[in-house]
Amino acid sequence: MFSFILRRLGVLIPTFFGITLITFALIRMIPGDPIEVMVGERTLDPVMHAAAMKRLGLDQPLYVQYFDYVSKLFHGDLGASLKTQESVWNEFTTLFPATLELALCALVFATVFGLLAGVVAAIKRGSMFDHGVMGLSLTGFSMPIFVWGLLAVMFFSVFLGWTPVSGRIDLMFDVQPQTGFMLIDAWRAELLDPDINAGAFKDAVMHLILPTIVLGTIPLATIARMTRSSMLEVLREDYVRTARAKGLSPARVIFIHTLRNALIPVLTVIGLQVGTLMGGAVLTETIFSWPGIGKWLIEAIGRRDYPVVQNGILIVATLVILTNFVVDILYGIANPRIRHAK
Amino acid sequence: MSLLQIKNLSVEFGNAANPFRAVEGLDLSVNQGEIVGIVGESGSGKSVTMMAMMGLLEGQGRIVADQLEFDGKNLLTISAKERRKIVGKDIAMIFQDPMTSLNPSYTVGYQIMEVLKVHQGLRGAELKARALELMELVEIPAPKSRLEAYPHQLSGGMSQRVMIAVALACNPKLLIADEPTTALDVTIQAQIMDLLVNLQKERNMALLMITHDLAVIAEVAHRVAVMYAGQVAEEGVVPQLFRQPVHPYTQALLSSIPEHSKGAHRLSTLPGIVPGQYDRPKGCLLSPRCPHVQPRCRDERPAITPHQHGAVRCFYPLFDKEAS
Repeated sequence: MFSFILRRLGVLIPTFFGITLITFALIRMIPGDPIEVMVGERTLDPVMHAAAMKRLGLDQPLYVQYFDYVSKLFHGDLGASLKTQESVWNEFTTLFPATLELALCALVFATVFGLLAGVVAAIKRGSMFDHGVMGLSLTGFSMPIFVWGLLAVMFFSVFLGWTPVSGRIDLMFDVQPQTGFMLIDAWRAELLDPDINAGAFKDAVMHLILPTIVLGTIPLATIARMTRSSMLEVLREDYVRTARAKGLSPARVIFIHTLRNALIPVLTVIGLQVGTLMGGAVLTETIFSWPGIGKWLIEAIGRRDYPVVQNGILIVATLVILTNFVVDILYGIANPRIRHAK
Repeated sequence: MSLLQIKNLSVEFGNAANPFRAVEGLDLSVNQGEIVGIVGESGSGKSVTMMAMMGLLEGQGRIVADQLEFDGKNLLTISAKERRKIVGKDIAMIFQDPMTSLNPSYTVGYQIMEVLKVHQGLRGAELKARALELMELVEIPAPKSRLEAYPHQLSGGMSQRVMIAVALACNPKLLIADEPTTALDVTIQAQIMDLLVNLQKERNMALLMITHDLAVIAEVAHRVAVMYAGQVAEEGVVPQLFRQPVHPYTQALLSSIPEHSKGAHRLSTLPGIVPGQYDRPKGCLLSPRCPHVQPRCRDERPAITPHQHGAVRCFYPLFDKEAS
């Protein structure tokens, strides 16, 4: 198991360098530079432009810039935003809880309902429920977030008025960011100051529902389909027949003997959803004006804020890689054949 | 009274408009302490019969029978819950491929103890001791450490021993072995067969052996049923059935064993294949392949009729030919 972890860790290092190279290159491929975007092309004086670029170190050849970037990374220096002069790490840690809260809720939503739908669809194969779930999941999977998100806002928030249109909480509440997780902060605020903040927690929940569903739809569909096909495959296995021949109850056959084995590939898929969630958060946060990493990165790209884009993406990507690393280890725990492999 | 009594069992697959009878009009009885063999080619309905009896067809096949009784209990009318109290406890089954028949995610010990927990309510030290005892019973070396092993760490022979331990855990009255040695090496095959037969003698349980290996049946079984295309073609006592087969199919089956064709240039074969879903003949199911076929065989289906040493499903059984 220890060597298994070491081997997985070894794979992470080249991946990490790949990401630095790609983000570094991609942001420089977009036309324009930070100074141009800041000032606007027509009023830009070439001399001033060159001086500003020199001050930022952007006049150097690309390989020098890249080397400089990576060597700073090794010293733990993630740079500062060109706009706010605030360090990228500080900005990230301030905004990340909002994204994490949304992504976690979406992941829990997707996993719980995805597993449930997948398992029931597999057991009731060929039924109306099965066809319904599979049809819906294909729709959910194929629907772009920006279409589905806007439609959901129009229908549920504007037409039906069930949920708020955007933001994390109503402005009339006085909620101090303590943990950065709005659900916890609102709950605390309500306890501390019941007069002003009565109903703050419920309001935070209402704000969270629609973005959670919109962000969770694609992972939900993916997990449901994967669970179903994996369950169907395992249900045909000889050892499931053995379990039945032992006279075990249907619940035991399904949950102990089938689901345990069917979950192994599903676990990997759930881990991969973390990447999907981070990518989806960018769009979802933009639609719902959710003050998280996604919105922050979109704005940084808009103003060619090289340090924020490079290092913001690097941090997010590292988180995704680490999550998948953890999933790989869980996979090893779930699957004795991998755990014991030499 | 027989331990297991099956009368006129049929198992149908497919929709009602276009059914396929995998098993048709099967009669079989097994007494306590008896070894009964079922032989037949692939697709002759051997395994389906057993799966139907165990309730393992999962609603895929329709089961019809005049009688399906085990130990005085009617398996046809019994509820699924009642059936689960018998299956795995009084009737146990081992399968063809031991390597895939054990759950890869659980230890051997867990899979043995599971049956003991569910059927006998054993817990704690008692449970562990009984599991160890079973491992010793099936002659697994280093049983204590093997309890912690996962199936992928065991060989095929060891896995089949574990399967036997699981099957014998609750002292079943009937053990069904569905081609228990087919997937194993030849040397291991003999070991597993010896183990099964010894355990059967020791515990005086009934053993129903499904196989296509006639040599195995000839050696260990008391009685044998030969199946062809979902029907019992011939049933009889060992060794009479082997000395004097009266059904043309049994005769053909026996003459296809290499040992029976010493000196011959080619192995004797029966031309053609077992009829499938859409090409079942109108008359006797063997009629297209039978070397002794008569006009009547092509028009009518023979019923199974008893004779001195057993029963045969043939209009023109081979008594006289053997005598003359």
